[in-house]
Amino acid sequence: MEAHAAAAHAHDDHGHGEHPPAAHVSSRVDARVLGMLLFIGSEIMLFGSFFTAYFFVRVVNGYPWPPEGFHLPVFVAGVNTVILVTSSFTMHWALQSIKRGNRAGLKAGLVLTFLMGLTFLLTQILEYARVGFTPASNAFGTIFFSLTGLHGAHVFVGLSLLLFATIRSFRGHYSPEHHHGVELPGIYWHFVDVMWIVVYATIYIL
Amino acid sequence: MARRNPFRSEAEAFRLVLLTIAAFAAIAAATLLGGWAVGLAVAVVVTALGLWWYLRPLEEASEQQASTHASGEGERRILVIANETVAGEELREAIERAASGYQSRVLVVIPALNTKLRHWVSDEDGAREAAQGRLADSLAGLASAGIDARGEVGDADPVQSIADALRTFGADEVIISTHPEGRSNWLVKGVVDTARERFAVPITHVVVDLERESAA
Repeated sequence: MEAHAAAAHAHDDHGHGEHPPAAHVSSRVDARVLGMLLFIGSEIMLFGSFFTAYFFVRVVNGYPWPPEGFHLPVFVAGVNTVILVTSSFTMHWALQSIKRGNRAGLKAGLVLTFLMGLTFLLTQILEYARVGFTPASNAFGTIFFSLTGLHGAHVFVGLSLLLFATIRSFRGHYSPEHHHGVELPGIYWHFVDVMWIVVYATIYIL
Repeated sequence: MARRNPFRSEAEAFRLVLLTIAAFAAIAAATLLGGWAVGLAVAVVVTALGLWWYLRPLEEASEQQASTHASGEGERRILVIANETVAGEELREAIERAASGYQSRVLVVIPALNTKLRHWVSDEDGAREAAQGRLADSLAGLASAGIDARGEVGDADPVQSIADALRTFGADEVIISTHPEGRSNWLVKGVVDTARERFAVPITHVVVDLERESAA
């Protein structure tokens, strides 16, 4: 049998211009997937604990819900929901624009998204001032402010990310090939949007 | 097994927003029209549908992966995938048979088998070290039988390790070595059948009975 050391021909083996990752890389879970799964897991636990507290208070409190004397501004929160949902569309538009090389669309999309997010947050703060109860009023007040406040904190983080992305877009950053700085805030913003739909439906509608 | 990740990209996340809106709109409409019981039923159904959509395995590309190399006349490249059975007599004989009469190159790939927990936390050093040890023993055994081969440690998934090796080595034949049926995890997982479906390269399955060899 004629066999020889293939190691000497290693260069021949890498033909056809294909360069797969080294095996020790493909053996591992993709860092981005793992990071996102850990993030989602931590967020589910965080919001899950607040929702658990909310339903516990609600079940213990019994009928009527909200308790007597407490009224939630369902209409204002509904308008706020529409604003936040719309901001997801403008965020998507911004990213699609830069993917097509449309810088004006990117800037307009990011500015609109940021403004709508800011409007949502300011409206929520106004709502807090006018709602007629405080976190110290009773368990309902505590869990209402905790859940909506937790989401508001996420909106604040999202707005910070959007602000950086917006400033960078006006400084000429991003291109159809390189737009990771818009993609990641976009993912986060959509997550915040989805969470609000769940929070709104649970607290204001159910 | 690949699955959908709703936050893999902005477009996927935006799709999740749309699905969430549609789901909650359906729940609200059902509640308004039929009362809370109907709303609850719709909520259960859309939640189940959503979970099914995101958790079901994605279909792999059906096109077979071919070898990247076309051997010349009289030349033969043999890719060997084995783990604990790498030192087995049957495997050595199979390699000799495949290489006989050719100017052959043999690449032995040992998947770095790992526990699920260690895989997910990327703790693979121990698995790679163990695989490296088995590989060194195997290459020494093949060398003593007159087979000059090189080797490498591959992905923990044997099918993936074949795919990786085919891209760089370009085999004319793949030999997969397993324990006998009933003792082989690879056979339970259908590694040989999957490899035959996925790769447009002749696959030879060699069963190595280490217990019988050690008893003999």
